[in-house]
Amino acid sequence: MPKLQSVAELEKYRAEILAQRDPAKPCIAVCAGAACDGMDSAAVAAAFVTEAGKLGGKIEVRTTGCHGYCEKGPNVVVTPGDICYFEVQPADVPEILAATLKGEVVERLVYKDPNTGAKAVHMHEVPFYKHQTRLLIGDNPKIDPMRIDDYLAVGGYAALVKALTEMKPDQVLDEVKKANLRGRGGGGFPAGSKWETTKNAPEKTKYVIVNGHEGESAAFMDRAMLTGNPHKILEGLIIGAYAIGAQKGFMYTRHDMPLLEKHVRNALAQAKEYGLLGQNILGSGFDFECELHFDVGIFVSGESSALMRSIEGNPPEPRPKYIRTSVSGIWDKPSNLNNVETWANVPQIITKGAEWFTSIGSEKSKGTKLISLSGNVVNSGIVEVPMGTPLRTLVFDIGGGVRDGKTLKAIHFGGAMGGSIPADLIDAPLDFDGMSKLGAPIGAGGLLLMDEDTDMVEIARYLLDFLVNESCGKCAPCREGMPQMLHILTNMTQGKGKPGDLERLEDLAEVTGAASLCALGKTSPDPLKSMFRYFKPEYEARIPGGSGDK
Amino acid sequence: MSEIVLKIDDKEVKVAAGTTVLQAAQQAGIYIPTLCHHEKLEAFGGCRLCIVEVESRGWTSYVVSCLYPVAKDIIVRTRSEKVDKIRKVLVEELMAHAPDAPELVKLAEVYGADRNRFERKESFCVVCGLCVRYCDEVKHLNAVGFIDNGAEREISFIPEVAKDVCWECQECFALCPTSYAQAAYLLTEALAFPGQRKAAVRAAKVPVATQRIIPIKPVAATT
Ligand SMILES: Cc1cc2nc3c(=O)[nH]c(=O)nc-3n(C[C@H](O)[C@H](O)[C@H](O)COP(=O)(O)O)c2cc1C
Ligand code: SF4
Ligand code: SF4
Ligand code: FES
Ligand code: FES
Repeated sequence: MPKLQSVAELEKYRAEILAQRDPAKPCIAVCAGAACDGMDSAAVAAAFVTEAGKLGGKIEVRTTGCHGYCEKGPNVVVTPGDICYFEVQPADVPEILAATLKGEVVERLVYKDPNTGAKAVHMHEVPFYKHQTRLLIGDNPKIDPMRIDDYLAVGGYAALVKALTEMKPDQVLDEVKKANLRGRGGGGFPAGSKWETTKNAPEKTKYVIVNGHEGESAAFMDRAMLTGNPHKILEGLIIGAYAIGAQKGFMYTRHDMPLLEKHVRNALAQAKEYGLLGQNILGSGFDFECELHFDVGIFVSGESSALMRSIEGNPPEPRPKYIRTSVSGIWDKPSNLNNVETWANVPQIITKGAEWFTSIGSEKSKGTKLISLSGNVVNSGIVEVPMGTPLRTLVFDIGGGVRDGKTLKAIHFGGAMGGSIPADLIDAPLDFDGMSKLGAPIGAGGLLLMDEDTDMVEIARYLLDFLVNESCGKCAPCREGMPQMLHILTNMTQGKGKPGDLERLEDLAEVTGAASLCALGKTSPDPLKSMFRYFKPEYEARIPGGSGDK
Repeated sequence: MSEIVLKIDDKEVKVAAGTTVLQAAQQAGIYIPTLCHHEKLEAFGGCRLCIVEVESRGWTSYVVSCLYPVAKDIIVRTRSEKVDKIRKVLVEELMAHAPDAPELVKLAEVYGADRNRFERKESFCVVCGLCVRYCDEVKHLNAVGFIDNGAEREISFIPEVAKDVCWECQECFALCPTSYAQAAYLLTEALAFPGQRKAAVRAAKVPVATQRIIPIKPVAATT
């Protein structure tokens, strides 16, 4: 592939790709996402390739990233028509191919409502998908992540073209600011103002970074995006670099996902080959390089200053500076860090405009949010809904409610640094500020459902047990406070609660939250604080003499 | 450099821009407790005892004074109910490791800390990092370093280096708030290089066998 020298060459090339593709030709998309892969979707994909090969190219087969409905993998989607087949086995392959050739549907493999038995054939009829707005993850079934041409075929890099040809960097920045895009990595910080800080910082050398560490337990949408559609994130990053005036970018991601690594490496190489990275991108005069970096497998390396130290080649220890990384980050240069999902939103904001983007979502949280559904939920998977969607829709309409006919007790957001709210708050809208006020900030978007049998003391213990191993140990409140809280909670779950334990826990939670150096320590007592707010009687019951605190 | 006026405990203080709140307080003769701070070392921000309350444009926040730079018109309170509570609990947490460390005992008295409040783990080290950072930043020897993370974090002398340099230096022993630095050195010596310490000057005068009495320097009182 010769390097594309101009926007015109890119558009010509895109037209060629589309001309070669017949939308009426059946295509089978086999999910190779992490969950489906765990159910040996590779064998299903291999069977499709072998069997379809015998049909002389009448049916195309594509392996893709996560479709979303991980619960029912291995997932297969047939186009045209977006016919969804679930729990597909290699033995089902000939039947699916035969039906597809005839324009028919294999009824026994489509969705069946567990209560009514009603069937749903097409994606937009399947309850799990029906209530979603899949702006970001919706392309996954259409894309083989190893093929940049698939991304171009769905309009990929059109936003970059628009930014480079029709917009000045300031206009791009303005659009992102107007869109009120807020960071998806946990804090909900406005991306536009962060970009502006880095842009306005005096140093000429600036960096932009993708945070793909995704350390939050029960969150798995960033890896689904990076593995399933790496170019979308890269496109967002290049546009951001153009707006900010950065010459170099980093993708910082997990070291323990070979498929993710393969896809991202390949995407960077292809983008370079096509002239979408490197010198004079598409003849615009804008230069930008991007490097891939891996975490060292500890949670705190997702924290901004620790991540940047890690990119510098140092141990990922948070920096105790009262200066923002957007002003002084990697090698003390202004460095703008955003989460995978934040970057993934950028291309559509540029293509469709801030006005369109702000028409989706709640008053202060715009756009959609990717949510990982897990725990005692019927349908686990990756879900995308507009901000402001009531939790009830997520839990019941999409998630199918609680497993095994049990009752919902609590909803937990944000992993070990998040919080739990009781089931009676189920009508609360999914919103950065609203959920924070309730004590269960969305965090990165891991939603854990807990049924009536859940022991809330054990949940707090479990979450702390995870986090305690992630403390870097630099500052006293986190290093000392967490193990002490864990010790008390462990005793309580073992029936060894002592008078004074609750008071000790409250003091430890308060001090760890107020005095820790970085956000890991600061937020480590958050689950416990939410427990004290909503489930205190369960804690009191673990102390001899009932509420005999003191 | 421009001067900055701020208020610390109702006292108006004028200092150069770039000064930390801790330095400003010290210049004004106001005491803030510290454990990991040392004027020759880069600020670390580990012990968090120097935490203070800062009011700026109506917002109150809690910051560690050894790192926080002064700013125009901020109001600093070196003690408040919350600040005292934080220090009390921090001292209680550290006393689980070193219940008799003189500095902690002193602080416990001031803040009403109960040395028996939390589960004991007598490791004697409070991970202030003074020994590690002093050896690195001042001596450039790196004979002692941190190993492990989180609650498992501890200091460790590196035998290959310590063998040749520590006995002659011993400067970090005196900095240590708990005497653990010295103990850890001796333990390393006993395990990794018994009788092989290099002590050029003294070795010439004193036979190795009589070197058992260790010259302990007084614990440096931090201000
Ligand atoms: C302990 C810790 C772990 C974090 N891990 C992640 C992570 O895995 N991914 C992420 O995007 N942000 C993580 N963050 C948040 C980042 O520090 C940072 O705020 C974020 O990447 C900024 O991107 P955004 O504004 O687009 O959300 C973590 C923060 C802390 C304190
Ligand atoms: S809060 Fe925890 S992770 Fe953060 S610097 Fe302190 S010890 Fe390290
Ligand atoms: S040995 Fe002493 S000086 Fe070194 S980290 Fe531990 S307490 Fe601090
Ligand atoms: S991994 Fe296949 S649907 Fe999620
Ligand atoms: S003296 Fe400031 S944190 Fe230790």
